[in-house]
Amino acid sequence: MLGMSMTTTDAPKRPDPDALLAQINEDAIAATRGKLRIYFGASAGVGKTYAMLTAARKAKLEAVDVVIGVVETHGRSETAALLDDLELLPLRRVQYRDRELYEFDLDAALARKPQLLLVDELAHSNLDGSRHPKRWQDIEELRAAGIDVWTALNVQHLESLNDVVGGITQIRVMETVPDHVFDRADEVVMVDIPADELLTRLKAGKVYFAEQAERAARSFFRKGNLMALREIALRRTADRVEDDVQTYRDAESINKVWKTEAGILACIGPTINSEQVVRSSARLAKELSVSWHAVYVETPDLQRLPAVEREAILSVLKLAEDLQATSAVLASASPAEAVAAYANEHNLSRLVFGTSTGKRHWWSALMPWRISLRLSEQVGELAPDLDRIYVGRPQDHSTRPLAKLFAVNAQSDDAPGATWAARWMRYVWTVVACAVTAAMCFPIFSVVELSNVAMVFLLGVVLVAMRFGRAPAALAAVLNVLAFDFFFVTPRFSFAISDVQYLLTFAIMLVVGLITGHLTSGLRFQARIAAHRETRVRTLFNLSRDLSSALQIEQVIAASTEVLARMFGRDVALVLPDASERLQMPALQAGQAVIDIDVAQWAFDHGAEAGYGTDTLPLSHYRYVLLKAPVRLRGVLAIRPAHARWLHIPEQRRYIETFASLIAIALERVHFVQVAQAMLVSVESERLRNSLLAALSHDLRTPLTALVGLAESLAIAKRGGDESERQLAEDVRTSAQRMNTMVNNLLDMARLQSGEIRLRKDWQSIEEVVGGALRSLQPSLNGRCITVRLPDELPLVEMDAVLMERVFANLIENACKYTPADTPIKVTASARPGWITVYVSDRGPGLPVRDAATLFEKFTRGAAESAKPGVGLGLSICRAIVEAHGGKIRASQGIGGGAVFSFDLPAPLVAVATDLVAPMVAPA
Amino acid sequence: MALEGEGWQVCEAETLRQGLIDCATRKPTLVIADLGLPDGDGVDLIREIRTWSSVPVVVLSARTDEQQKIAALDAGADDYLTKPFSVAELLARVRAHVRRSAQTDEHGSAQFAFGDVLVDLAARTVVRAGELTRLTPIEYRLLTTLISNAGRVVTQRQLLTEVWGPGYVERTHYLRIHMGHLRHKLERDPAQPEHLLTELGVGYRFKG
Repeated sequence: MLGMSMTTTDAPKRPDPDALLAQINEDAIAATRGKLRIYFGASAGVGKTYAMLTAARKAKLEAVDVVIGVVETHGRSETAALLDDLELLPLRRVQYRDRELYEFDLDAALARKPQLLLVDELAHSNLDGSRHPKRWQDIEELRAAGIDVWTALNVQHLESLNDVVGGITQIRVMETVPDHVFDRADEVVMVDIPADELLTRLKAGKVYFAEQAERAARSFFRKGNLMALREIALRRTADRVEDDVQTYRDAESINKVWKTEAGILACIGPTINSEQVVRSSARLAKELSVSWHAVYVETPDLQRLPAVEREAILSVLKLAEDLQATSAVLASASPAEAVAAYANEHNLSRLVFGTSTGKRHWWSALMPWRISLRLSEQVGELAPDLDRIYVGRPQDHSTRPLAKLFAVNAQSDDAPGATWAARWMRYVWTVVACAVTAAMCFPIFSVVELSNVAMVFLLGVVLVAMRFGRAPAALAAVLNVLAFDFFFVTPRFSFAISDVQYLLTFAIMLVVGLITGHLTSGLRFQARIAAHRETRVRTLFNLSRDLSSALQIEQVIAASTEVLARMFGRDVALVLPDASERLQMPALQAGQAVIDIDVAQWAFDHGAEAGYGTDTLPLSHYRYVLLKAPVRLRGVLAIRPAHARWLHIPEQRRYIETFASLIAIALERVHFVQVAQAMLVSVESERLRNSLLAALSHDLRTPLTALVGLAESLAIAKRGGDESERQLAEDVRTSAQRMNTMVNNLLDMARLQSGEIRLRKDWQSIEEVVGGALRSLQPSLNGRCITVRLPDELPLVEMDAVLMERVFANLIENACKYTPADTPIKVTASARPGWITVYVSDRGPGLPVRDAATLFEKFTRGAAESAKPGVGLGLSICRAIVEAHGGKIRASQGIGGGAVFSFDLPAPLVAVATDLVAPMVAPA
Repeated sequence: MALEGEGWQVCEAETLRQGLIDCATRKPTLVIADLGLPDGDGVDLIREIRTWSSVPVVVLSARTDEQQKIAALDAGADDYLTKPFSVAELLARVRAHVRRSAQTDEHGSAQFAFGDVLVDLAARTVVRAGELTRLTPIEYRLLTTLISNAGRVVTQRQLLTEVWGPGYVERTHYLRIHMGHLRHKLERDPAQPEHLLTELGVGYRFKG
């Protein structure tokens, strides 16, 4: 087997690191996500809602914050009674076709953000205009927001079992839930009662209202149905339990056999049961725990299918994607080769085929080799090592009209009138061409032989096939044979023939004409595909060339919108975020449909595509594609192609995604170019600042020091001499000292701002630091009385003593400067767990400005112009130092007047080493 | 200039090399060293001098380099002054160190008095205002270590090594706590001490 040949024979025992990494990532995501519990039942009436509500009441008793999002009691009084004293979220009122309906309010639930939310009926479809078409998508978003959700589900609503259950009960439900929602739920609670009991309950009117019960029981609640449903539900739950066991074993690495099983390939074609093929493949893949792909090979023949059928195929592909498949549309004239190559490439060893329509084309008789082998057989011949699985056809032929999925907002490709006109024009031109051919043959008929005339007619067919395609070529073949017979074969100007062998000539002419016409149009199709591809590649090339030369965001936007508009029409825009992660409305061109910025924002925030053709707000006009760059999301590409159908073709989507990632990478590159430039500027300014600092600290301070020293020496030398001269020297010294303080403050501020200062943290006592500050202030205090009242048991604080001394010195100096000389200044402190607060309070005039916080700004002083010296840096230095220690500083009016400056310092509770507590010993 | 006014003979050396030569040849009573020398580190100068002389050394340094000060003190310097310093302060320190170095020979005194405290080194008792004050052994050792280095700045490292032992040089919080206790027992206002002074970030100094 091809697939098996790639399987490793000696399976490694140790876990695959990638798988483990994926597991870790999953765990990390799962840890923040809300948990999902599903109450699972075989049919309505088994008591799911009842069980859910009972459990919710119990949870509420255990002090869980439980809120009911939506619950259907179906008029059952027992159930309704359970709703008492549980918090109900009000429903959203929706106007729907002149009726007022109530719908679950997702936004209210997200805003309320309870611990646990009950949302009944997992399979419910939301009304048009809701954010998500399905309730399970609402629940996904709730869980992403960290809300635990409990919900209820019946077995017939499970996507992969939908057809099976439909086959049993003869009732197909439209509302389905993808299996992965069920499989990935954190808990599944099976609510089960025997069929007889359910029927008894039904008859007792406990399930539906009495008059409805009869009707329901006749159609759905037959005992046979119920038993079968119960079996299916139990089996499905058992499967899931087994999965849980498997996951547990994986997590615990219990003797795990690491599978590298080859996957499954579902081949989708215009068969009536392609939907079954997809569902069966999904089930099979799940049972075998392998990945699976779904492909559709578009041949020239299939290209000509009516739009409705093509759309049906595309919707089957979408269904496959919903069922976790990787889908692809391959364009090839030979489906078998394409399928075999795809299977080979992706290591898929099992191919699933549907039953062919059995419809034979009228020309099949002419090309028996083509039809005699069905696709599966051809693949079998090409790749005999692949397993082939055939899926049976349902007997009732009632396939679900899947094409309806796209009914919403799917605009028809072109105006129908135009196509029809274009199509008919080809036939008109074909007829004209045949007439011209016949007319040209008249003059040469007299010169050449009849057989050569036939050749001219054949040439005409080939030319028509080249120009107009297959059907006109067939028409031309028939017309030319008729014209040849009518005009040139004796008896001329009549359809009668004199010689029977001319019949053979006509037949050969017709067959040759049809075959050449067919082949030529096939070539044309291939050429068109090649041209298409070439255009795509060229566009991508052009875009990447334009983007690589772009140096500014604007250039990126201009280049990409221009290219994209050429490809997809003018409704294209890049929506980029600003610095605060809000998307900005882009400049739209005239006539462009309005972009819904909220949808784009949703897509950007949730990292998922939104808008048309997605699960989120599918009613928007635009599709919002993510601009995903290697580092992060760079924005959203809003696109609305001229043909809405394009967005459902996987190749087109991938094409758009390629564009998006190209643009995203360009945006990221531009971003980093800007970052690099900003960095360069800041490095340059940093260098400038450093040299300025160096100049200040050295060249300014050294002469200042000399000035202070000399002035003081002068004062000392003049002692006992002239009093006024001594006073002058003293003044020079004080001024120089003050200037020195200012320079120091400026330097400190600059250093603190640039983050250059490294804290030399050590365990310090506040008392010592205050003492140090007071001592350093001693000369300038002029004998002011400063009281220090610190609690005896004040713990040590981890801080940089030198910097903290500056805080105290500045605060105390400030207090001295702005209060009258005879008022007291107090330093106090208090400790509470984790923090120590220090207060420096005075009894002066209080704070001069109302907004105390501005006091801590740089170069801010209480009064704009005051006689007090200083530049207003002291407090901002204090703030910078305190904040560097992880604390907070603030100023307030003191109780009973005066100002209070206080700051908090973190004082983590550290057990001080016990050996500190030395025994008290009396000195000997 | 101010020193000359006090009657000292001042000899200035511009470089580290010159300073060493001058110290060796002139045998000064006291050395004042700036840590920022054009041809080397002032700390090296001090270390060099300490190998052959116990002359008092006072260090001048800029305000922010605590580490340099500590290095200088650990290398054997006796005191430091932060620029810009008060000349009066410098003169006072110089006088104190000269006096102390002159006294070093006479160890005799078994009693030491400061403020209202009397320490009897022989009887190992501490009396404050006529009352016996109980000190823990650690506190007592801390006090005597500071007293024996009265006037000098003793770095945290030196104190920790002397009182607790060489294994404790990193545990500066021991110092803070015991110093706090000592101040509460011996100082009038522990927040504004008069004798057991803190040189923030550097060490302690006992002022008699």
